[in-house]
Amino acid sequence: MAENYFEVLRPGINTTFQDNGRKNFYHIGIPFSGAMDNRNFILANAISNNKKNSPVIEFALQGPKLRYKGDKVYFNVTGDVNFQILRKNKIEEGICYQNLVLENNDCLDLISTNRSVYGYLSINASFKIDFYLDSCSVNTKAEIGANNGKILKKNQIIKIENITKKYSLSKLDYINSKIENIRVIKGPHFDYFSKTAKELFFKEKFSITKLTDRMGIRLDGPKIENIKYTNIKSEGLVKGTIQITADGDPIVMLSDHGTIGGYPKIGVVISADYDKLVQIPPGSKVKFKEINLKDAETIYKLYEMETQNLISKTK
Amino acid sequence: MIKNISNLGDAALYCDFGNEVNKEINLKVIQFFKNIKKSNIPGITNITPSYNKLIISFDLNITNFEKIKTEVEQLNFKNEIASAGNLIKIPICCDKDFALDIKRLEKLLNLEKEAIYKKFFSKKYYCYMTGFIAGMPFLGDLDNSIYARRLDTPRVKVPKNSIGLTEQFCNIYTFESPGGWNIIGKTPLDIFDNKNNSSPNLINPGDTISFFQISKSEFEKKYG
Repeated sequence: MAENYFEVLRPGINTTFQDNGRKNFYHIGIPFSGAMDNRNFILANAISNNKKNSPVIEFALQGPKLRYKGDKVYFNVTGDVNFQILRKNKIEEGICYQNLVLENNDCLDLISTNRSVYGYLSINASFKIDFYLDSCSVNTKAEIGANNGKILKKNQIIKIENITKKYSLSKLDYINSKIENIRVIKGPHFDYFSKTAKELFFKEKFSITKLTDRMGIRLDGPKIENIKYTNIKSEGLVKGTIQITADGDPIVMLSDHGTIGGYPKIGVVISADYDKLVQIPPGSKVKFKEINLKDAETIYKLYEMETQNLISKTK
Repeated sequence: MIKNISNLGDAALYCDFGNEVNKEINLKVIQFFKNIKKSNIPGITNITPSYNKLIISFDLNITNFEKIKTEVEQLNFKNEIASAGNLIKIPICCDKDFALDIKRLEKLLNLEKEAIYKKFFSKKYYCYMTGFIAGMPFLGDLDNSIYARRLDTPRVKVPKNSIGLTEQFCNIYTFESPGGWNIIGKTPLDIFDNKNNSSPNLINPGDTISFFQISKSEFEKKYG
């Protein structure tokens, strides 16, 4: 067949191409971007037997519905996702973390994520897309990355090339664990807040509001009282930084965050908990737990070992 | 020059150059930024200079806080890189369609708009940092007779390429964005060019900016 492609029948809520993002451009205002849940991104490519930084389609809450045209292709879905394959008027229920097949005219319906936010679609082939500053990652704010820096639109075509003919049956047993406790290292402005506020921050639960996207999470809970300055001279931010707004609400910076900000930083989410944090859906509650740097580094090493162990199981 | 280095989370260094905002301190931040960029310390993924802080992000799979801190402290920067940036000339059209807040400024500063523009265009500005949104430059310092506070209610949408003032700073909105700065005009130049795949931003930290005024017909020609 001359051309292989997906036709977008339903784009989903916030569906973008992502890889592991771009480095070294914070100083001109361009954040990392990249897949929000890095482990599920890595696993998607491992199961596809792709190079580890290959582009995937990331979707949030509701995924896209795609009609496939072309030669037989393998794909897999990672995350906690309900999906179906509509094949010749038959419906097959999808199973995550498993190579499945799409044939000409099949429909892939990525219905929704289950008590989580992000899911990933990887194909055993490559998407024909543009790269910008060495990454396909879409940053809709700066309008950069694949697909002209935009989310998927209804009726658009996604071209596919380099289909791997190799038959593969690899499957991974993996369950996304859900967490409520997010571990945090104290930030440089921790002492801007009252004694009571500091205690509340690590004691009370905060709700993830609907004002949450790839740029950040806005939390709702007890007000965190500032006793020094509610604004600082703007300075750099990193993924996972928790700033307290002038209104006393915490906001957590995520992968597409503005690179500098003027609110005090009460803490930073540890690297090992980031993938789980971004998967907590709006309406759920989180609790912050204080941890020191040494412990955070050890936990990250264990987390990374676990990821490597999962990758080795796909081979 | 660095007063203190601490950790920002488990994957970044927070270098504190003090609390003041002035060109002298910022030049040190930028010099440090350029030197670290040149040093190629393994594992560094991003370096973010701002008024008086420098944040260095790193990959925890390659390095860690103690290692990077030691490497940064051991760098010897003597006369390595001059901090002088480029001089960039930026045209601005101050037609009433673009100068959304000039009337407010006239009232607030008790100055005629001609006087405000004269003060504004007679100075060169230094770029302290770029960011928040892609390519947005934070420039200063304005003549203190035209210092103005932010809008009481920020605009939901500031038009792309608008020039805004607040306190001692001015900036250029590289994208349509929410914002509360006082808008005095618009440039036909793309300060951030998202089609340019190698150096998309026109203005870098440490550069000097000189603005000049153009008419609406010149503005439209530049656009066409």
